[in-house]
Amino acid sequence: MTMIKSAIVLGVALAFVPFVGLHAEPPGDPAAVKNDDGKYRDKNGDPTYKVSPDGTVDWYVYSGFRRYHSECHVCHGPDGEGSTYAPALKNSLKTIGYAEFYGIVVSGKQDLSAGNEKVMPAFAENKNVMCYLDDIYVYLRARSNEAIPRGRPAKHEDKPGTFDAAQDKCMGG
Amino acid sequence: MRKYLLATCMGAVALFSAGYATANEELAKLQADAKQWALPTGNFANTRYSELKQIDTTNVGKIAPAWTFSTGVLRGHEGAPLVIGDVMYLHAPFPNTVFALDLNNDGKILWKYEPKQDPNVIPVMCCDTVNRGLSYADGKIFLHQADTTLVALDAKSGAVVWSVKDGDPSKGATGTSAPMIFKDKVIVGVSGGEFGVRSWLGAYDLKTGKPVWRGYSMGPDSDTLVDPVKTTQLGKPVGPDSSTSTWQGDQWKIGGGATWGWYSYDPDLNLVYYGSGNPSTWNPKQRPGDNRWSMAVWARDVDTGAVKWVYQMTPHDEWDYDGVNEMILTDQKIDGKDRKLLTHFDRNGFGYTLDRTNGELLVAEKYDPAVNWATKVDMDKSSKTYGRPLVVPAMSTEHNGEDVNSKGICPAALGTKDEQPAAYSPQTELFYVPTNHVCMDYEPFKVSYTAGQPYVGATLSMYPPPGQTNMGNFIAWDGKTGKIVWSDPEQFSVWSGALATAGGVVFYGTLEGYLKAVDAKTGKELYKFKTPSGIIGNVMTYEHGGRQYVAILSGVGGWAGIGLAAGLTKATDGLGAVGGYAALSNYTALGGTLTVFALPAM
Repeated sequence: MTMIKSAIVLGVALAFVPFVGLHAEPPGDPAAVKNDDGKYRDKNGDPTYKVSPDGTVDWYVYSGFRRYHSECHVCHGPDGEGSTYAPALKNSLKTIGYAEFYGIVVSGKQDLSAGNEKVMPAFAENKNVMCYLDDIYVYLRARSNEAIPRGRPAKHEDKPGTFDAAQDKCMGG
Repeated sequence: MRKYLLATCMGAVALFSAGYATANEELAKLQADAKQWALPTGNFANTRYSELKQIDTTNVGKIAPAWTFSTGVLRGHEGAPLVIGDVMYLHAPFPNTVFALDLNNDGKILWKYEPKQDPNVIPVMCCDTVNRGLSYADGKIFLHQADTTLVALDAKSGAVVWSVKDGDPSKGATGTSAPMIFKDKVIVGVSGGEFGVRSWLGAYDLKTGKPVWRGYSMGPDSDTLVDPVKTTQLGKPVGPDSSTSTWQGDQWKIGGGATWGWYSYDPDLNLVYYGSGNPSTWNPKQRPGDNRWSMAVWARDVDTGAVKWVYQMTPHDEWDYDGVNEMILTDQKIDGKDRKLLTHFDRNGFGYTLDRTNGELLVAEKYDPAVNWATKVDMDKSSKTYGRPLVVPAMSTEHNGEDVNSKGICPAALGTKDEQPAAYSPQTELFYVPTNHVCMDYEPFKVSYTAGQPYVGATLSMYPPPGQTNMGNFIAWDGKTGKIVWSDPEQFSVWSGALATAGGVVFYGTLEGYLKAVDAKTGKELYKFKTPSGIIGNVMTYEHGGRQYVAILSGVGGWAGIGLAAGLTKATDGLGAVGGYAALSNYTALGGTLTVFALPAM
């Protein structure tokens, strides 16, 4: 039960901002204004993507494609396109911003209409998701703006030098 | 007059139930009566064959919906109802409502069972909140709920007779399979292969629900109930520690091998047959070894659970080819000799025919020509790799390595066939198999384990085989020779259970929602009707008041609803997705209806 407790604590802590306002905070202009060793940020400081004119995606979008298709695909369908019961995240991310996205993944979500109960688990304790959550976000954000088509990104920037060490630290070796 | 006859009839049935020494006798009689459909699989042998022939190839074109019923649930509807006497018993996906419907009264609801389950079981169900159905025996209806509660309900009133919890959803275990009643035992399995749940097949006492035995898919012999000398694989004793010696360290404790498929039974041999699913994780590098006994065909003694023989079809799985599909038992002649056979259409694309008395391997052939992860199964008895699939290195996700995208592997993880069960007709001696015709790119990578959280570890991307547009085929298969006899292409994977009848007709349902009838000999389409939603249920048939009925659940979902709703894309091949294939969501939306067909009333 400690797992659920920490998830709730974490969820409350991190989700506090969007839940204060009852309406969804839209994501805003996705243009990358800052580059932090391959991690791009928009003018609000939220993670964002960079796609070159020839279709080359940044490393974190590529990483997000892979992690999305391992951890999220099983309910949300391929390429953020949705399934018969879970929403198409390429559409959801048009209206919800980074903080709200983060909060939902951390704490989970319940939509209990009779005969079509939908429950998303809390992923707070799941390193396979949490260590790559920003990656998944920027991938889906790129999909929501149609900056990238469906399918595996054909070309991506090189893996940034800091990626492996950060990954090992987060995943716990 | 009619009431009196009914009363006598009911009295006679009651007498019969009381008079049976075992549930077997009662179920043997029920399954021999073609008017009823007393088992979720039709019979112990899982043939899904009915002797009814009022509907035949000459008149099936005239059948039409006779009555319908909505379950009130809008998720994937797998399985099929039971018909015992004048009552139909129908189940639903989560929350797993059970209805008893009066066939004398246009399906009026006699009673309803509505379990209250914690909705937090939903997110640990990998592939939609499906349930494969009910069983009946000894005046009771049995249901395995999503939250792993196995419950026995009084068939007349719906009252709970007994209830037992057999798993822990907080660790990722859930219930989706149909429990089966063999002898005096309720046989049930568990789901959770994507959550590292070390799975098992178990037996519970029919009358009391007390646990009798439990055989795990991996672990020490005392857990798996394997005997080093008496248990054989391909005729040879498996030896001591046959399971743990094929895992590294303690990996077997979160080994998977889920048992969420179908179970069949030979009362003469006293053996229950079933398959075990994928080993956890999907990343093969994290679990070196053959990972026994995941991906295996099992034969267990019904009284004790002791394993008579076992055969692992996909050692050290690298593709998620669960071995849980139905084990169809038939008695056929091979080379002039009567054989007791077991035929199994595995996710891995091979159709296996074995001798069910001793596990001898007779046939192993691809039932979709697109299958390419292995060249063949080694049938040379003197070979070191006898009985093993010969894996093509380029299609081996382990060989290519972690963080490498292995491309163009056929079949995709959803297999050449998933749980949707095939049927067998003794008239034609052919199997009728609903198949998937989909390939994949598969990239494994390192993942960590947390109890109750998905333990997957691979990126998946699916598409039809290059150059083709159909994602499914409905085929007729000769199990004696391992050959496809005819093949009807379908736009989408065929995800329904098939039904074969003595009228020479075979029925199946499509993901767009069509119920179809084809000629058992030629595959020619004789009838189709679009039901309210995509079909992932199993066609069944029964007779009431002198009319033959064919029934099918519609309600799109399941794994098909996840992977195919938005449509697939062409193989990326370094060029990025160029276009999409038909999306299921262009043809159907959620539903939950039973449609029952019959010939027009005279």
